[in-house]
Amino acid sequence: MSKTFRLPHQQYSTLKERALHPFRSTTYDELHAVKDVSIEIAEGEFFGIVGRNGSGKSTLLKCVAGIYGVDKGRISIAGRLSPFIELGVGFNPDLNARDNVIINAIMLGLSRKQATERFDRVVAFAELEGFMDLRLKNYSSGMLVRLAFATAIQVEAEILLIDEVLAVGDAAFQQKCFEEFFRLKREGRTIVFVSHDMYSVERFCDRAMLMEHGNMVQIGDPRTIGRAYHELNFGQLAHDAPDESHSASGTAIADAWFENDLGERITSAAQEDRMSMCFEAHLGEDLVEPVFAVTLRTELGHTILVARSDQHGHSSGSFKSGESVIARFALPNWLTPSRYLLTPSLAREGTGESALALVADMASVMVHGTGSGGILELPIDVALERL
Amino acid sequence: MSAATGLETPVKPPSPASHRVYGPSALGGGVERFWALTFMLARTEFKLRFFGSIFGYLWTLVRPLLFFGVLLFVFTKLLHVGSGTVPHYPEYLLESIILFTYFQETTSGCVPSLVGRENLLRKVRFPRLVVPLSVALLSLFNLGMNLIVVFLFILGAGIAPTWSWLELPVLVALLVILSTGVGMLLSAMYVRFRDVQPIWEVIAQILWYASPILYTVQSAAKHHLLGLSFSRILVINPIGAIITQARKALLQPSAPSASRAIGGDLRLLIPFAITAGIFALGLWYFNREAPLISERL
Repeated sequence: MSKTFRLPHQQYSTLKERALHPFRSTTYDELHAVKDVSIEIAEGEFFGIVGRNGSGKSTLLKCVAGIYGVDKGRISIAGRLSPFIELGVGFNPDLNARDNVIINAIMLGLSRKQATERFDRVVAFAELEGFMDLRLKNYSSGMLVRLAFATAIQVEAEILLIDEVLAVGDAAFQQKCFEEFFRLKREGRTIVFVSHDMYSVERFCDRAMLMEHGNMVQIGDPRTIGRAYHELNFGQLAHDAPDESHSASGTAIADAWFENDLGERITSAAQEDRMSMCFEAHLGEDLVEPVFAVTLRTELGHTILVARSDQHGHSSGSFKSGESVIARFALPNWLTPSRYLLTPSLAREGTGESALALVADMASVMVHGTGSGGILELPIDVALERL
Repeated sequence: MSAATGLETPVKPPSPASHRVYGPSALGGGVERFWALTFMLARTEFKLRFFGSIFGYLWTLVRPLLFFGVLLFVFTKLLHVGSGTVPHYPEYLLESIILFTYFQETTSGCVPSLVGRENLLRKVRFPRLVVPLSVALLSLFNLGMNLIVVFLFILGAGIAPTWSWLELPVLVALLVILSTGVGMLLSAMYVRFRDVQPIWEVIAQILWYASPILYTVQSAAKHHLLGLSFSRILVINPIGAIITQARKALLQPSAPSASRAIGGDLRLLIPFAITAGIFALGLWYFNREAPLISERL
């Protein structure tokens, strides 16, 4: 009676290849998107997968759907799977809604005959009667998503894989989608659901899994997993700790400190004064547009702010191997009195990169002044108006 | 499919046996789904191609005809090539243009096909071979339509139907195998090497002149290369062999067959082997690359 998924014991996906030069295309970055994840999901279970961007949850789902092959390990499923990874697969803006529904349904595994038979139900569910001959480019985004969801839900597979597709449309339609999910759950469908949205995970899932850097961090009750996920988000640094493969390059952070307006190093700062978060990095390789970043955290490990040199599209320039660079991030000190720790990091161009060098909590500053009880002491204009 | 409604206890279907999930592949997923997907993609492409144009499908028919008209004028009126020496030169020219157009449309359409379908390949599991085959299928439909025009011209020129017309489906089948083979190879290569597109444009251009389209094999017989008559070399090219045989079958029973042009039935195995070899190579390469296409796009 059990339906068993056996997810891989070991699984690597090397997704990113970067060709720096058409004739020198041998530099690869390996991204281990999913590492040694092993789970079993029972028949009829509503299983949630949560994690930050780039934690490997979507890759895992795509492996289960058979879109990516696995490098190690194996995946077994029992039953018919709907490859329901994203809404509106194959939608084409130049075709009318009727054609698009049929195309989408065939893509998701129906035959043309089945797709035609279920067409009316799709239209009724999407509440788009009268718009079927309209070309999709003239649809509003809400209508588009309703149409896509209505089509996808008609593919009556035993196992559904859903990636970030809940919470679509207006409130009334959302309610309808949630009801549809409860119906599927009652019918005993097995659903694997990937989301950032802890609310829907806690509401629907029987069990959930938290992923981080391709690893399975925790698996269990959705409420527990939800709490773990929020904690993980709190202590987030600008960059992930360096991969071992990078450490050979010789890029290192030599020093980190806080400065006042006069350029003097400080270990304590008065509220409302300007201060700078600084660090000195030594480059062990040539870098184009590297990202210098600092993360300011409390002693409890809660991230207060992250500053990056590529914020607002700023360019950092090109650097040669052997150069030393000082990065300064100046800001008015609007922090509440407490001790703050500075984590400098340096990474290649792009978001989501692992750092080339990172030293956690390298420098600290004590902020003194009066606290209001919050984390920030922003300049606030107070206005009272007597009516 | 259990369709539980309301509060009634859901009836669970007996659990099917578990099976292993493999990554994407060239084939697989059942013949029915394979065909449904191929047909659907070809149909979508057909609808999109003529979207927003007033004459729509007529362009597919008119374009080769206009090209034919220009070439006919240049070669018969200005250069005095075909007319007089080659019987039924206009019909020959049209027929060979149409056959070559199929080859060119399929191959150059296949090149960017996988990359152009990125949104599908990255999000759904389906047999990857569907993508180039849908291109070949749509081109085949266009070929069928164009051949109707060719036959109207042939009948208009006063050529009576003969039993040898039945050779045409076989010749078209060979052309389809050749074009699809090249298409599979190029589409999979293009995912990794974007240089394929400009290179193939040049090669297709060379093949156009290297095939007996504007001229016939007979007219090339007096030239020699490496001690071989040029006409024999032309028929080693499978497209040349197909066009030459089609001329004999459709237009002029006295024209040399592909076999006579190459100098014997046994030698005809060369273009056959090239066709089969290219198809096998294309299928092998596509099948090898298929699991990684969605990651490399």
